[in-house]
Amino acid sequence: MRIKAQYGMVMSLDKCIGCHTCSITCNNTWTNRPGAEYMWWNNVETKPGIGYPKEWENQEKHKGGWEYKNEKLELKAGGRLSKLARLFYNPNLVDIDDYYEPWTYDYETLINSPAKKHQPVARPKSQLTGEYMDKIEWGPNWEDDLAGVHKTGLKDPNMRGLEESVRMEFEQTFMMYLPRICEHCLNAPCVSSCPSGAIYKRDEDGIVLVDQDACRSWRLCMTGCPYKKVYFNWKTQKAEKCTFCFPRIENGDPTICSETCVGRIRYIGIVFYDADKVLEAASVEDEKGLYESQLDIFLDPHDPEVIEAARKEGISEDWIEAAQRSPVYKMAVEQKIALPLHPEYRTLPMVWYVPPLSPIMGAFDGQQDTLDPNLVFPTIDQMRIPIQYLANLLTAGDTEVIRKVLKKLVAMRSYMRAKTIGKEPDKNLLEVTELTEETVEEMYRLMAIAKYSDRY
Amino acid sequence: MSKKISPLMKKLNFLGKSEKITNWAELSPYDRENEKIYRRRWQHDKVVRSTHGVNCTGSCSWQIHVKDGIITWESQATDYPTTGPDMPEYEPRGCPRGASFSWYTYSPLRVRYPYVRGALLKLWKAAMAEKQDPVAAWRSIVDDPEKSKHYKAARGKGGFVRASWDEVNEMISANLLDTIDRFGPDRIFGFSPIPAMSMVSYAAGGRFLSLLGSPLLSFYDWYADLPAASPQIWGDQTDVPESSDWYNSGYLLVWGSNLPQTRTPDSHFMVEARYRGTKVTAISPDYAEFVKFADHWMPVNAGMDAAVAMAMTHVILKEYYVDNETKYFNDYVKKYTDLPYLIKLKKRGENFVSDRFLRASDIGMPLSKAEWKTVVIDQKSQKYAVPNGSIGHRWEEEGTWNLHQNDQNQNLNDIEPVLSLANDHDEIVTLDLPFFDKEERKVLHRSIPVKKIEQGDETIYVTTTFDLMLANAGVNRDLSGDYPVDYEDATQPYTPAWQEAITGVDRDLVIKVAREFAENAVNTKGKSMIIMGSGINHYYNSDMIYRAVLNLVLLTGSQGVNGGGWAHYVGQEKVRPLEGWQTVGLARDWGGPPRLQNGTSFYYFATEQWRYEEFAVSEQTSPIRDKPRYEHNADYNVLAARLGWLPSYPQFDRNSLKFFEEAKATSNEEVIQHVVQQLKDRKLNFAIENPEKPENFPRTLFVWRANLLGSSSKGHEYFLKHLLGTHSHNLSEENKALMTDEVNWEENTPEGKLDLLVNIDFRMQGTGLYSDIVLPAATWYEKSDISSTDMHPFIHPFNPAIAAPWEARSDWDTFKKLAKTFSEMAARYYSGPVKDVVATPLLHDSPAELAQPLGKIPDWKKGEVEPVPGQNLPQLHIVERDYTKIYDKMIALGPKAKGPIGSKGISWDATDEYEKLQNMLGTSKNEDYKECPSLLSDRNVAETILTLSSTTNGSMAMKAWEALEKKTNLKLKDLAVERAEEHLSFQEITAQPRKVISSPVFSGTETGNRRYSPFTTNVERMIPWRTLTGRQHFYIDHEIMLEFGEEMALFKPMLPKQAFYDRDHKPVHDGKEITLNYLTPHFKWSYHSTYGDTLPMLTMFRGGPHVWLNNEDAAEIEIEDNDWLELYNSNGVVVARAVVSHRIPRGVSFMYHVQERTINVPGSPTTKDRGGTFNSPTKIHVKPTQMIGGYAQLSYGFNYYGPTGNQRDNKVIIRKLKEVSWLED
Repeated sequence: MRIKAQYGMVMSLDKCIGCHTCSITCNNTWTNRPGAEYMWWNNVETKPGIGYPKEWENQEKHKGGWEYKNEKLELKAGGRLSKLARLFYNPNLVDIDDYYEPWTYDYETLINSPAKKHQPVARPKSQLTGEYMDKIEWGPNWEDDLAGVHKTGLKDPNMRGLEESVRMEFEQTFMMYLPRICEHCLNAPCVSSCPSGAIYKRDEDGIVLVDQDACRSWRLCMTGCPYKKVYFNWKTQKAEKCTFCFPRIENGDPTICSETCVGRIRYIGIVFYDADKVLEAASVEDEKGLYESQLDIFLDPHDPEVIEAARKEGISEDWIEAAQRSPVYKMAVEQKIALPLHPEYRTLPMVWYVPPLSPIMGAFDGQQDTLDPNLVFPTIDQMRIPIQYLANLLTAGDTEVIRKVLKKLVAMRSYMRAKTIGKEPDKNLLEVTELTEETVEEMYRLMAIAKYSDRY
Repeated sequence: MSKKISPLMKKLNFLGKSEKITNWAELSPYDRENEKIYRRRWQHDKVVRSTHGVNCTGSCSWQIHVKDGIITWESQATDYPTTGPDMPEYEPRGCPRGASFSWYTYSPLRVRYPYVRGALLKLWKAAMAEKQDPVAAWRSIVDDPEKSKHYKAARGKGGFVRASWDEVNEMISANLLDTIDRFGPDRIFGFSPIPAMSMVSYAAGGRFLSLLGSPLLSFYDWYADLPAASPQIWGDQTDVPESSDWYNSGYLLVWGSNLPQTRTPDSHFMVEARYRGTKVTAISPDYAEFVKFADHWMPVNAGMDAAVAMAMTHVILKEYYVDNETKYFNDYVKKYTDLPYLIKLKKRGENFVSDRFLRASDIGMPLSKAEWKTVVIDQKSQKYAVPNGSIGHRWEEEGTWNLHQNDQNQNLNDIEPVLSLANDHDEIVTLDLPFFDKEERKVLHRSIPVKKIEQGDETIYVTTTFDLMLANAGVNRDLSGDYPVDYEDATQPYTPAWQEAITGVDRDLVIKVAREFAENAVNTKGKSMIIMGSGINHYYNSDMIYRAVLNLVLLTGSQGVNGGGWAHYVGQEKVRPLEGWQTVGLARDWGGPPRLQNGTSFYYFATEQWRYEEFAVSEQTSPIRDKPRYEHNADYNVLAARLGWLPSYPQFDRNSLKFFEEAKATSNEEVIQHVVQQLKDRKLNFAIENPEKPENFPRTLFVWRANLLGSSSKGHEYFLKHLLGTHSHNLSEENKALMTDEVNWEENTPEGKLDLLVNIDFRMQGTGLYSDIVLPAATWYEKSDISSTDMHPFIHPFNPAIAAPWEARSDWDTFKKLAKTFSEMAARYYSGPVKDVVATPLLHDSPAELAQPLGKIPDWKKGEVEPVPGQNLPQLHIVERDYTKIYDKMIALGPKAKGPIGSKGISWDATDEYEKLQNMLGTSKNEDYKECPSLLSDRNVAETILTLSSTTNGSMAMKAWEALEKKTNLKLKDLAVERAEEHLSFQEITAQPRKVISSPVFSGTETGNRRYSPFTTNVERMIPWRTLTGRQHFYIDHEIMLEFGEEMALFKPMLPKQAFYDRDHKPVHDGKEITLNYLTPHFKWSYHSTYGDTLPMLTMFRGGPHVWLNNEDAAEIEIEDNDWLELYNSNGVVVARAVVSHRIPRGVSFMYHVQERTINVPGSPTTKDRGGTFNSPTKIHVKPTQMIGGYAQLSYGFNYYGPTGNQRDNKVIIRKLKEVSWLED
């Protein structure tokens, strides 16, 4: 056992209001500078949709992440040799147009315009070329709230298997938000992709960084990352990416995207894992087993053996305590309500997501309260967001896992409603969802009360 | 520090030195020096607490980061006082818009210097050279038709020139002095909205203009954010729960309020409440963001919401009142609503119609103010009883203004009012009820139980409001008439089946949700809440939509309960430290009532929109009443001005400063007599009767903290044409078929009424672009001010993170220095004070709300009665103004601040606080005012507001409660006693946002760290509502209400507007077009126009104006996502890009509010000019019922009552735009 501490994040998609404050504050703090205009280390996508950059989840096209081939774990974009051969020509690289052409406006004209026949107007101009743009064609959040998604949604890889049953029309509308940052993966393909060894995972906290001095502009990391979370600064000619706000983390502050999240959806915590088992965990043959295999390499911070090993590894006492009260550990491992993003990429990502509930489709034929315990489970399948869709996003297609999590959320609501209006909660419901009263209360406090000190 | 080594050297140095640590990882030998790059980026020098000052009412506290004297970025404060251990906190508060504010600071949009349009400045310089006197110079420009037209027509078309502050102040002062001298101070106007968002900055202009005697324009009603239903039902402007109280709810009906998008920092309380077991139902025409969080979604056809509400009312009345009596509901409505109160019926042929509340005077009770006391039947004594708390009790000061169910005169205690006459009536009669079907108006005949009272020769028929409600809602109790058979009966209103045809919402879902809502209220004792928003509030008949919806919270006993009731969030206006702010901001400390003008009426006439009115009034009125008194809405406004219902400035068609001289008067009384006589003799007219006469034009308009033209000019093209006199492109013609009776309609429609438009802002936006003078304002990170809101109970400051850069000034300093220049210049023309005749309307919360009894209209013009000021005429006051002292008064707190000061009809003394301020702030340097606390700086003003207000100063709170105790004969002071010693200072709120102190200025309490919910003190402490009965009203009995069929809530369809009428100029185009409803809901990427022009927000979506439409509608006109389109109707033309989405239902288009014409707007082939703003296709419709005044809760208050500037009942045509032209010439 080689114990390592890793910062992780949980985002509750059930709480996300899609406001993008995280994107703006991250951008203000880190990337609103020349060369970085198009970079959104943190972005939020409306789902269904193809996102930013376009179709980032289409790995047939972009070749990001790992694949398990011939009993071996390999980068999808190819091993060392094939990469070397393509060092100067990388066909998998994403175009700027697939991100978007960053623009600004000739704002000055509103004040400086000479007297004219028509009212002056600030026209859009490219930040890359300085030329006027007659029409802006794409942006970092072009599909906001399903804009244009009646068409682009059909190209969303998560719609796999739903082509027959779900149509992009008003009556069937469903929508969710997906905020994304770098996953700070346990098995980071960007690190392995870099021919210069410029990307590293910090020994003490697992944060993945690009060494701005060592980067040689090969851009293979950009291909290697299946989440498309490494960007290229065209001015400095270096790759840049989310730093998990290490200058803040080191001061005991949460990341800027978390601190400023008004949906209060983000939780940050430390988890311990066994670094010796990373390869094995990422090499499970059946994609659907990857979620469990990742859970398996996390170590119980309350286990005396783990604590002992942690001390030996030089992990300090307050970090051990932090791991014990880590909301990430609680939600991902103990409560099992948070799930990894596209585990099938075999990256062992460390930003996990609580899947969202959604309104049920159509009327309910005069039946009583859907919060009635006996009616809870049918409602899961009546919800507008197809279970299969969530499964394609979070569990490599395993709908059972999603169903389980959604049931837990509904059971919690039902239990708490009974308590709130002074009725006897249905214990049976907890049993079915493998929840104890203690766990459900803890879930409730973490998700609903969510005090600052409990979130981070 | 180690020397930086080159990357290549680094590579070579460490080649081969990495160490394998697992089977899959190795330890890199590189150092981590590079991490410094990001550490340095993060470093900053200081963090300053401030917030955001206008448009958004979220009132979030922010930390502004400063590095090397430069503002770098902002992040939300997270240190609000706690809500307690078992609730989510108010942290963080803020949204992406707020987070992008710092972009403005150094942006190319920043107004750095004073600017004047070249065309005007040239004329000015020439005139000054010629006349050598600023006033004469100004006059020579505006009186010359050619010169005047020249600079007015140049508005909006570039050509700004930098000027010095001294020069612009001289120019503005010349305009002011000229206007005052020739036309009077009431031709000068100020527009600035919602003071709560930066009260000192509002106060700056408010104080200056009030000292001049110039009117301030209201905003809440103009924005159509004012829910007229609130004053109608509760006698309260608007009072709502703080957002954390949503968390206490057991059932949340979210109705047309897109919380994540428009209440971004609050929406987590709704989201988190779900985990507590709260059920959420969303009602919205589109799959809006908040629908994501609902358990059920009712996709209602846009604008048809009242039909859903009426059907839910039907279900709740039937199941919880008639089929089963629900004790909790019954007790509640008997005590706290007008349901048991008796209504007189009136004969209509063989049948009856409902008339007005029975009064003590009707049945000969020998009481004072008997015409203002309403009557119930007491179950116990079987007597007609007059319970305490009516408005008659309120103004007789007998200590009977409380909700105790006592009738002092008859010695009846604990009255049990009879709710229904079903079991004890004299007769069953047939009642005629108005019914507004989707297409036509009908009369329903439904029988109803009545009592007969023999009074002299008269037989009075009465019934209860409750029985009327059942008849109106169509809930049958084995009575005959047009009652529906059951829920499935679609032929009769207002069943679930009936609504389905109108709203598109499944009838079973409506039944289910109605039951759940009521059942939850039973289980939780009223914790059923409706969060409502502008989605249902900007229609012509939105007051009826609101009343229909609000019936639900009243009927379920949810109002005045934490976690229950209405939660309306549209343009929140809560100035927590109200009394202090009013004192300073409206210059009440120097006496004289301020001139406060309702915005809608002002703009309706000033922009001549009244000439384009589409509908005759008789098309909208009740089918059971006589024909309306007027056919034109504008005539009702003249009536309202004449009878003192609404303010009306410009006031008369003569200068208000000249009456003294004219009357050769020796006393104030003589002047007033003179004015009344002149009015009676029709020698003096209200200016509103002749809006086209040049002497009645508004001449000067200051716009600060606002974007009137870019954002809130509903009927934008009419603004440009008639008010500004520049290019405009309405495609409509005046509707001369619909003539006025009261407004003089001259053929010659004026254009360019305004002589001077001054905009004060930190950024160049739509108003600045069209102004004559643009002044550079300090941003919200560059001044001291205070902020409060409805959304949370805290008060917190603005602080300067940097000094105002370039030549920018805080609003306080701008108006202060203008006042200085003005006063110095005035000394050349005035040697002493002058006397101003100020007319003000009959005000709510004053004895004048008893001016016009029984809801009858005392029109003296018809010779029915004598005109009497304060009764059937506006109140007339004489105010002394010394124009040479404006500056000295502006910067000194006048002696009237000592009191009495107060609000809501109670007042108290503030002498101690005044003295405290003398010590805290120092006093004026002016010899005449040396006792007056100094208001030299914005920070002093802030301290004054905090000191003089009961929510921020415990000693004031105690006095306020004491005053209310006296008025109500109730024990109330305990609500503030826990904080009696506290006095919040500016420094304290800078250290941490602080929670306000409970005060009778608002209707709920924060005592004991409870969450604020409105009307909880009414319910728990028996304080009456400020209404006719003292209770919450289902029934409103004014003649004009009856005229329009609005005595009770019911469904009224949208105005049947067309995109074009025959008289208009409909453009002829090739290609396909589609006609859609036009909705302008609040936008995600701006707060109104603020932030919408910042690069971060423009980047976050489509980078410029756009219109959402459904994919199938788009396909019909061959429009693809992101295609350019033209959208137009008779009012104007928009050019934007299409956003096509299946999220939007068919038949509607959304152009989110606010999209201006300043950024990324090309030309329109139709107008051959630049495309318009989102308001180009709009025009307002003023509703006569909202003009009523002088009558109980229907009495005027600034931003409290008055017609709203609704603009939503609108149709547009959309077509694809093939070629784009940028019109660079």
